[in-house]
Amino acid sequence: MIDKTVKNAEAAVADVQDGMTIMFGGFGLCGIPENCINALVKKGVKNLTCISNNAGVDDFGIGLMLHQRQVKKMISSYVGENAEFERQLLSGELEVELIPQGTLATRCLAAGYGMPAIFTPAGVGTEVAEGKEIRNFNGKDYLMEMAFDADFAIVKAWKGDTAGNLVFRSTSRNFNPIMAMAGKITIAEVEELVEPGVLNPDHIHTPGIYVHRIFQGERYEKRIEQRTVRTQ
Amino acid sequence: MLDKNGIAKRIAQEIQDGSYVNLGIGIPTLVANYIPTGFNVVLQSENGLLGMGPFPLEGEEDPDLINAGKQTITTLPGSAVFDSAMSFGMIRAQKVDLTILGAMEVSENGDIANWKIPGKMVKGMGGAMDLVASAKNIIVAMQHVNKAGESKLLTQCSLPLTGVRCVKKIVTELAVLSVLPEGGFKLEERAPGVSVEEIKQATAGKLIIEGEIPEMKI
Repeated sequence: MIDKTVKNAEAAVADVQDGMTIMFGGFGLCGIPENCINALVKKGVKNLTCISNNAGVDDFGIGLMLHQRQVKKMISSYVGENAEFERQLLSGELEVELIPQGTLATRCLAAGYGMPAIFTPAGVGTEVAEGKEIRNFNGKDYLMEMAFDADFAIVKAWKGDTAGNLVFRSTSRNFNPIMAMAGKITIAEVEELVEPGVLNPDHIHTPGIYVHRIFQGERYEKRIEQRTVRTQ
Repeated sequence: MLDKNGIAKRIAQEIQDGSYVNLGIGIPTLVANYIPTGFNVVLQSENGLLGMGPFPLEGEEDPDLINAGKQTITTLPGSAVFDSAMSFGMIRAQKVDLTILGAMEVSENGDIANWKIPGKMVKGMGGAMDLVASAKNIIVAMQHVNKAGESKLLTQCSLPLTGVRCVKKIVTELAVLSVLPEGGFKLEERAPGVSVEEIKQATAGKLIIEGEIPEMKI
């Protein structure tokens, strides 16, 4: 098997350059590549375009990169919960493209499946449709949305093997497998890195062909954004 | 007049046994508490889960298991997890039977606005645009008037739209209204103790009143 392992997060992101476009897996703070984000913060690369469903919170996740003004543009579906984000947006320091969540997901899928574009009804008749081609199929209007073109996709999985095969856990799967398919270079950080043969081939969510670099994250905080419990 | 739980209770009566339902954030989340016992209803969470269970007990929260509102939740026997593309695939392909969501404004032709207030609030649409563009049946749960006392049921929405001609039914603290295909809010039911006159006063869009309007049974 081809060995995709790199030593750590720093080594995985070593060639990320200023001005690049990077996808980050995760939904809210669930399933985000914490170790790679920390390494990018340490590295200090700037003018990044980040494709991520959300923008983290003020002191965790992509919020850490926003705080250091490393992000030129965010492409997201929902960006509440982040005061620094709102400040930079209102002051014009940060460019933001808000797109429907399903469109975001499916533009990843298109990239990973080698399709240039998709047609979706989401956003027809709204400001999201401005400047986009509309096609009518069977009496209903659809917007043409382009596949993403990202220099890097950075994802987080539960388990992975050195051949790059990935398994995700529970709803931390979210955008991770589809972004893993969509990057020119895909970096996967995992909670547990195992030898080939340990994971059952029937249980693999992302085949290793999509993954270029893999490492076991040093530490996972796994912060909960909205801790909600019942009493009985 | 209904409180938030009253609105949720009334909407729960619209849910059919054996259906797949997506609940939005806010009042729609409360609907889960009033689904009749014995009903097999599967809740979809658009981050990638079918079969959303109740919130966990304290100490049993799992950071890898959240709903679309980012709250910690649980799974149920028979739950399934999938990626976000498949999640919106099943929404687009109309496998989800009913979508219940909140709104800032609804127009008399069924347009909905719920994601942006220019210059004030820009949080994003999340999955709302996908849901309203594809859902078979959409019920809006909201207050009849906003905090400034202005009607949220309008001739035309003033805020940026989330979707066009998609809302089928609206449940507010005052009334149940259906949106007619030819346009207009048809008054179906009054909330307990609310008069038709009060509903007229609170509705800016075209209100259609035919015959006696029954009071809701909650």
